[in-house]
This record gives sequence, C-alpha cells and structure tokens, in this order.
Amino acid sequence: MSIKIDARGLACPQPVIAVKKALEKITDGVITIQVDNFAAKENVLKFAAANQCAADFQKQGGIYSITIHKGQGIEKDQTTETATENTVFLITNNTLGHGSEELGAVLIKSFFYALLEKEPLPRLLLFMNSGVYLTSENSPVGEHLQELEQRGVQIFSCGTCLDYFELKDKLVIGGITNMYTIVEEMSAANKVITL
Amino acid sequence: MLRMAVPGGTIRSTGRRKSAAGCALDEKRSKLYTVAMLNDAAAEKGMGCGCYGSLYSGDLLAIVMIGSANMIKLTEYSKSGGCAAKIGPGHLSGILCSLPKMTHPQLMVGLDTSDDAGVYKLNETTALIQTVDFFTPIVDDPYVFGQIAAANSLSDIYAMGGKPLTAMNIVAFPVCKLDAAVLLEILRGGLEKVTEAGALLVGGHSIQDNEPKYGLSVTGVAHPEAILTNAGARPGDVLLLTKAIGTGVLTMAARADMFDEGVRVAIDSMRRLNKTAAEVMSGFTVHACTDVTGFGLLGHLSEMVTASHVAAEIYTKDLPFLPEAQNAAEMGLVPAGAYHTREYVKNVTFASSVADALQDLCFDPQTSGGLLLSVAATDAEKLLTSLRAAGVDEASIIGRITDKGAGSIYVY
Repeated sequence: MSIKIDARGLACPQPVIAVKKALEKITDGVITIQVDNFAAKENVLKFAAANQCAADFQKQGGIYSITIHKGQGIEKDQTTETATENTVFLITNNTLGHGSEELGAVLIKSFFYALLEKEPLPRLLLFMNSGVYLTSENSPVGEHLQELEQRGVQIFSCGTCLDYFELKDKLVIGGITNMYTIVEEMSAANKVITL
Repeated sequence: MLRMAVPGGTIRSTGRRKSAAGCALDEKRSKLYTVAMLNDAAAEKGMGCGCYGSLYSGDLLAIVMIGSANMIKLTEYSKSGGCAAKIGPGHLSGILCSLPKMTHPQLMVGLDTSDDAGVYKLNETTALIQTVDFFTPIVDDPYVFGQIAAANSLSDIYAMGGKPLTAMNIVAFPVCKLDAAVLLEILRGGLEKVTEAGALLVGGHSIQDNEPKYGLSVTGVAHPEAILTNAGARPGDVLLLTKAIGTGVLTMAARADMFDEGVRVAIDSMRRLNKTAAEVMSGFTVHACTDVTGFGLLGHLSEMVTASHVAAEIYTKDLPFLPEAQNAAEMGLVPAGAYHTREYVKNVTFASSVADALQDLCFDPQTSGGLLLSVAATDAEKLLTSLRAAGVDEASIIGRITDKGAGSIYVY
C-alpha cells in the first residue's frame, strides 16, 4: 500500500496532519509526501520518527520529497503476507472423514476442489498414512494437487508411508519428507489443519 | 513461487483518537457562540458585509448558544497564529537597521535594544511606556482569542516594569466572511483583560482584511528608575521564568486535534496576565526583564545577553514545560518560527545531552509567555518563593548570567 501526498504550499502543521491521516489508513506501506519548506520537512521527519516509522528525504529545487515506511514497509511485505498464509494441511487419509469410504472418496475430491478456490492458499500440504495415495499414480485428486503445486503450494509425502504402501516409485506430485521435517513444519506453522 | 495475496481484514487504525476526558477543542467548539439576530432590523442596520457601524450598539445583538450549528473555527482563517505569526528576527533587524536611529534626551528606550516597549521620560518621576502588539487567531473561540491577544499586548508594559494605563484596540476583520458578532466576542475578551489589568480601553482602529487580527496598543507608566530593559543583566544574576513553555507547539497541536490536555492548559496560560508576576518582582532587585514571546526563550534571552554584554547558562532540567509540550515537539508539531529563530540565533551552544525536543522547545514561539527576569543572586530564592506564594505557580529558576563570552548562551 502506498500513498502519495502533495503538501507543497501548506504551512505547518498541515503536512504533519496529512501524514498522520495517511498513517492511520494503513498498517504497512509507504507514504511519499512533498513539502516546500524546511520546517515542514523537519516536522514530518519528527512525526515519522515519533511513530516508529523509518523515513528519508530528497531535496530538489526547493521541494523536499519525504518517504515514510510504516510497519514492515514494502520490502518486507512478502514475509508479512507469507506469515498470514502460513497454514499447513496435514492429510492422514485418502478419503475424508469416517463413516462411509464411498462418501469419503467423494468428499476428498470436493475438498481439494474447494481448496483451490481459497485465498490465500495454504503454504504446505503434508500427506501421511493412506493420504499418500493422493500424491501417487491414479490419484483421484491429482489434477487439483498439480494445480496447487503450480500455484506455489508445497506438497510433501511421508517417506515411511510411501514405503509401507509400496508407492515410493509411484509418487507423482511433490516431494518426499521425513518425520523430523514434518514435525518442524507443523511447529513453524501459524495454523495446522489435520484431515 | 509463492502466490502473493493481500491479506484481508488486517488493516487497522493505529491512530485512534485518544479518548482523553474532556477534549479541550471539542469543548471549545461546543462553547463557540453563534449569534442570532433577534431583531431583523439589526441586519438592515449594517451588520452585514462591508459595514459594522452598529457594532457597539450591543442592544441589537443577542448572543446565544446554538449547540454545534453554524460553528466557526477561527484559526482556519489564518495560516499561523499568535506570536508564531511574528516576522522573524532576522528579517526584522535587517529592515529596522536601515531606518534612521532616533535619539532624544527624553528617550530612554528606543529600537536599538530590541526591547518590548519604547520608553519616554516625561519628568523626573514618570516615564511613559508604549507598546503595540496584534496577531492572527491562535484559538477558535473568539472570546478567548481576545483575552489572549490582550494579555499578550499588556505583557510588554509589565516586562518594562510598568503599569498599564490605557489601551486601544487594533482590529482587522473579514466582515464578508465572518459574522460581526464574532468580532464583538473578540473585543469583549480583550476588554475583560484590559479591565483586569486596571487599565482603560479608550479607543481603537479597525480595517477590513481577509484574516482576522486583533491586539492592543497599550500605554503605561513607571518611575524612570524602575524601568527594566534587556540591557541590565549582570554576571552572577539568576534567571527566572514565570510561565511554562510550550504554547507554540501546543497551538499547533490544537490545529492537529492532538494533545487535548496540553492545549487546554496552554490556553489558560496564554490568557493569564503577567500582572501578578510584575507586581511581585517590583519589590526585588531585578536587573533586566523581558517577556518571552515570538522568538522563544532563547531568542529573547539572546536579545537580553546581547544588550547586556553578558553570557547565560540555561538548565533544561529546571525549565517549566506545559503538559504534553515535549510530546508535541517530538511529534513534529514545531512552529516554523522556531526553526527561523534557531537559524538566526547563532550564539547558542547545546550540550549533547539535551534532547532534540527540548532544543526545539527552547525556541518555541510563545504567545503571551512569561516574564524572563535577571535577578540579583541574593534575591532569587526569595523572589521565587514570593512569586509562588502569589499564585505564579510555574515560576522557576532556569539558569544564570555569566561573563563567559558576551552574547553567548549555553544550554545544559
């Protein structure tokens, strides 16, 4: 989020008020303000500092252009956004829910279909136990998982599980991982959803 | 590749208004007087645009409270308010020095010592003190603006050691933009302070202008030997200040709707006369006196040390500040005048330990600021005690006069 303010010709405290209003509008982002006098420049820099915002300025022909970074600023926006979508799905079955296998097979398809529509997408899908059937050949949800992978979702299957079901050679989507990594990934996640 | 998406719902306002009890400004606004013409004939009698001839026939006007409707914000009619609107000392001295210097046997204080008022010796027992001061609105309430402007004008007489006798209104007013009743409120506020000072309002002059302006020309008297100027400070003297500093930054804060509590206290401070302080100091050995106004503490102290050929030390830990003044300075609510004075006053050295906000406040342009006294060291504590006892609560010893380099100021 970036906001541009033209405060040329405005006397103090108007430039500071303009910055104050702009800062109130955003949590993260960059505000650029132009002022035409030394006092306004100094005051805007002071206001930014008092509000824990990094700021710098350039002077050209009597006009000061001040850039104020609020929160993480633009450079760190990516980490901020990643953090908000740092959700890990742990899929422990090749069907969804208990009760009816037939129904569960239908439900797991519609689950991944629905997941594709969700914004933001999860960061990571972990497949364990019979869940590894979903990342292997003849997966009922292969298309969906491939699309998720293309859109940046990481997909990993448990190596021990693939071994157990003799699917190691038949893995077609994502990589293989071990329990240490799985535990680490789950611990580092903002949210873990287990199916 | 991670897909970037804007996280929704996380945007929040971090700048929520403080819910401080009793927002001074909102109170002020709700108190703003709007005026109803009870008698339609009043409008026809020339209360409208271009004429305010019937202004003093107050019987035609009724001033009533009408809540929040039709409220005016007086400060919106001016760019800078109060003494912050002063022409900077740099500009001013450049202009004044090109005028021929006035000398006369009876002229005791003229232009050359940057004093608060001119003094003319009428005879061996009476000196005439004359001053004029006016500025643009510093607060939104016209009555309070009148009070502040008048207190500020009267202060120059007190700063010379005198007693005000008569005053005249100076008025500039946008009759086409503002209701004439607003002007009446300004004048009523001014009159209250003239009366409180024990002086008489004897006339005035008004012109049509885009920005409202108000002030007084005041005439006072003193015994010629009791006249206090910038020029009498002596090494060893103690510096005493009678009002807290920060009206400049807090006036800015008022415009920004911030620091309500500080703004409220600042307004009370600005409309307080320096009368009591002046009366108390007359019983002590005061060598020099000025009032702290548009050039800020250090600007006016600089005039004093220059005129007195001495140096001064100021201790910021002893400086009285208005509540929230430091916060306002840190927030960048520093009037442009503070920067101008700082640029002009070259003889100030700050210790590195003095925070930026405190340095700014040392130059903060004061409106109706306190008296700055250079008092004999032996009298300083007694004077301070007497001032406090008389109700001048913010009076503080803030530094001393030295002989370490004439015209220099060191701030610790």
